[in-house]
Amino acid sequence: MNSIKNVSRRGFLKVAGISTGAFVLGINLPLASAQTKSSSSTLSHELNFFVSIASDSMVTLVCHRSEMGQGIRTSVPQIIAEELEADWQKVIVVQAKADAKYGSQGTAGSASIRNHFTSIRQIGAVAREMLEQAAANIWQVQRSAVKAQQHFVVHNATGEKISFGELASHAAKLTPPDSKTIKLKANRDFSLIGKDVKLTDLDDIVAGKAQYAQDMQLPNMLIATIVRPPVVGGKVISFDASEALKVTGVVDVIALKPRSIPVAINPLGGVAVLANNTWAALEGRKKLKIKWQHGDKQSHNSSEFSKQLVKQVHQQGETVASKGNVYSHKYNDKNTLEATYTVPYIHHAPMETPAATAIVNGNKCTIWAGTQNPQWAKSTVARELGLSEDEHDNIELNVTLMGGAFGRKSKADFIVEAVELAKASKRPVKVIWSREDDIQHGYYHSISANYCKAELTTNGSADHWISRNAYPPIGWLWNAEAKVPSDSQLALGFGDIPFALNNLSIEKHAVDSFVRPGWVRSVACINNGFALGSFVDELAVKAKLSTRQMWLNLLGIDRHVDPNKNGFNYANYDLDLTAHPIDTKRMKDLINLVSDKANIEQALPENQGWGISFLRSFGSFVAAATKVSVVNNKVTVLEMHTAVDCGIVITPDRVKAQMEGAMVFGLSIALMNEISIKDGRVEQSNFHDYPVARIGQVPEMHVHIVESDAPPGGIGEPGVPPIAPSITNAIYHASKVRIRDLPVNKVFSV
Amino acid sequence: MIKITLNKKPIELDVDPQMPLLYVLRDELKLTGTKFGCGAGQCGACTVHVNGKAIRSCVTPVSAIAEQEITTIEGLADKNGNLGESAVQVAWREFKVPQCGYCQSGQMMSAAALLQDIPQPTDEQIIAHMQGNICRCGTYKRIKAAIKSAATHSSARQFANKKQGA
Repeated sequence: MNSIKNVSRRGFLKVAGISTGAFVLGINLPLASAQTKSSSSTLSHELNFFVSIASDSMVTLVCHRSEMGQGIRTSVPQIIAEELEADWQKVIVVQAKADAKYGSQGTAGSASIRNHFTSIRQIGAVAREMLEQAAANIWQVQRSAVKAQQHFVVHNATGEKISFGELASHAAKLTPPDSKTIKLKANRDFSLIGKDVKLTDLDDIVAGKAQYAQDMQLPNMLIATIVRPPVVGGKVISFDASEALKVTGVVDVIALKPRSIPVAINPLGGVAVLANNTWAALEGRKKLKIKWQHGDKQSHNSSEFSKQLVKQVHQQGETVASKGNVYSHKYNDKNTLEATYTVPYIHHAPMETPAATAIVNGNKCTIWAGTQNPQWAKSTVARELGLSEDEHDNIELNVTLMGGAFGRKSKADFIVEAVELAKASKRPVKVIWSREDDIQHGYYHSISANYCKAELTTNGSADHWISRNAYPPIGWLWNAEAKVPSDSQLALGFGDIPFALNNLSIEKHAVDSFVRPGWVRSVACINNGFALGSFVDELAVKAKLSTRQMWLNLLGIDRHVDPNKNGFNYANYDLDLTAHPIDTKRMKDLINLVSDKANIEQALPENQGWGISFLRSFGSFVAAATKVSVVNNKVTVLEMHTAVDCGIVITPDRVKAQMEGAMVFGLSIALMNEISIKDGRVEQSNFHDYPVARIGQVPEMHVHIVESDAPPGGIGEPGVPPIAPSITNAIYHASKVRIRDLPVNKVFSV
Repeated sequence: MIKITLNKKPIELDVDPQMPLLYVLRDELKLTGTKFGCGAGQCGACTVHVNGKAIRSCVTPVSAIAEQEITTIEGLADKNGNLGESAVQVAWREFKVPQCGYCQSGQMMSAAALLQDIPQPTDEQIIAHMQGNICRCGTYKRIKAAIKSAATHSSARQFANKKQGA
């Protein structure tokens, strides 16, 4: 339950730089994700602020979620300002530090809006009611006789107005109303939600003034670069730093603590070169001589491993969900389709490589980092420093802008590295990752195989459906014995199959792990969405139907699907299944919308084709249509459309931007992205051998946003999953070549 | 001592002559608007101007640009010297190009150099020139639109200036 308190007179306000006389509200937000719960030991019942209003009427709103390009530093304050009736021109946004008082700060799973919309609104609404009460007290009327409007409270009868600034000191003396009794605005009264407002960080970015973790500068600071074990679980046997230490500017060479499997979100160990500038650190690093003990993960070769995963999914696995009986059924070969799809390891490669700066002073620590999960990083650092529960607030973790993250910066390994080295060197240390470090020591989207089998039915649909997958589970990070994905991972476009099937078997396999697995934008929806979207297209081809028609037929009548009925423990992305249903009507509407907008049934020149796909993920519905040409063995993506139904839209332009970005991210996955492992080591090193989309590969793009009053879904990730299959389906329709193994550049030039 | 002109100001640098300009800017001069992306001239995040031409500062030793005129994002300005008001920056704001924003200094520096060379670039010229700048957020569509808009507006302004002069 939320508890909102007036904290205007609390001592920390001075620390936070809020002027006296300001009106400040604190709130405890409910914790949402399981991931945050793991760090909830740091939850305390002290309160902090979200809203403060100065006597000059400037409103300071705290954004407690981390910015990585999704626009959350606009959307969260926009929601608060909406309920507050604040004038957006008078809003200042400040970034929250890591603090359990804010509730979940874990910016992942496209969760900021979908899981916290109501509680964020309540922050603004409570402040608004207090300002209204303060004005009502001044006019000696009931609160119902006044109304907040655009930074003023207005006396309904007289039209008299008092500014928020004038009311601030009066409101600061009031007790906040219970968040349960406050009234949120009706959707039709929204004046900011659904409108494009000035983006919080736009001007700074365009002026080159935006501050990212890499940009941190402190007096006396050392810059550290680290040579990490090439194989996960590897250790330093010995090293020779003598030549490195001769490089002008190199100050020290420090061996990091050896680390063991399970690796969790800890550093990997290795040897650090600390220098007065980046160049010296990098030059010194080249001169390090290190002898490694690689450990048993050096047996890993990803091309062999992929074949093993394919073999596995050709066998019956452990049941995830089932209905009817597929195994007693005698399949008619003529109408039966089987297909196996593989996706390689994929890396985030954010433009800003990981970086963190730390100062350790006795049992106190100050950190600046671009992190998607500030509290998790903080509790990890606390453990590293051996701090007790009540010493966690000795750590001040400042959250910077992230130059992209895509899931990578949920992990605190690079932050712990900075803390470890700052402690050892007794100076401020900024750890910077080179691009090679980033590509070779990532948390990769797991290599996978997905198998699908189904039999066409006489009514143009399919039944007796089998879906299997096999991939190293993310749980291995914490448990070296973990071999199968958790239910929440299996929910991602796999156990939540929305089709009207009478006979279904969804199965998982046990798989060993060799590199650090991680959450890459849309996570297992990447491989599951690729398999599902490809297989529907293949069924359509076999049935001689359009892919659109096959989707509509498979989805069947309008209904809400409940995967729990198939015996699957389905959590619906931690969303209430009634409020956020798996709604086949919304799916079909969206597939029709994207097909019509893209005009996919148009006559095309030879060697061109349209492909479509769809996936509901993270509470949102996204359909994609892509047109490609395949000429002289070269695939050119000519046009892309995305239709999205994400319920209530907060900042339309940022939804559009996320969909545009997801098309490009998905295009990279489809066409080029592959991390391969040989002898336990990543073979790629930089953008020449881990190519990502460049401007010349990006076609005409269109985004179609469905107007909706439904509760908001996620937006950072859902745009990605349908893109790759829409591209490979288009390639099939242009060339009759079916791509079942990503990326496309194994077969075609791109 | 290496002498350069940086954002119209002459400065002297006492650094390793082999040090790439990127680290001189970021570590020595604390001008952090220019970003590290790859360290290998592959992504364009570190793009700055040397005598008006776009170069990758991460692979350019500072000795190679002695006595030259360097412009970074912090010095990008319109014709009247108004910082942050160059045609590309105005267009970048208008089209809300950035997402995370990290690569955008490099994108804008590349785009500004393009428009100095070719005031009215074709789509092909835009792509050829911008191909070396990666944006992992995928803002390419808006980059193209913003460059076209900046081209139109800056040439419109030039035209107006010429008319006034005549």
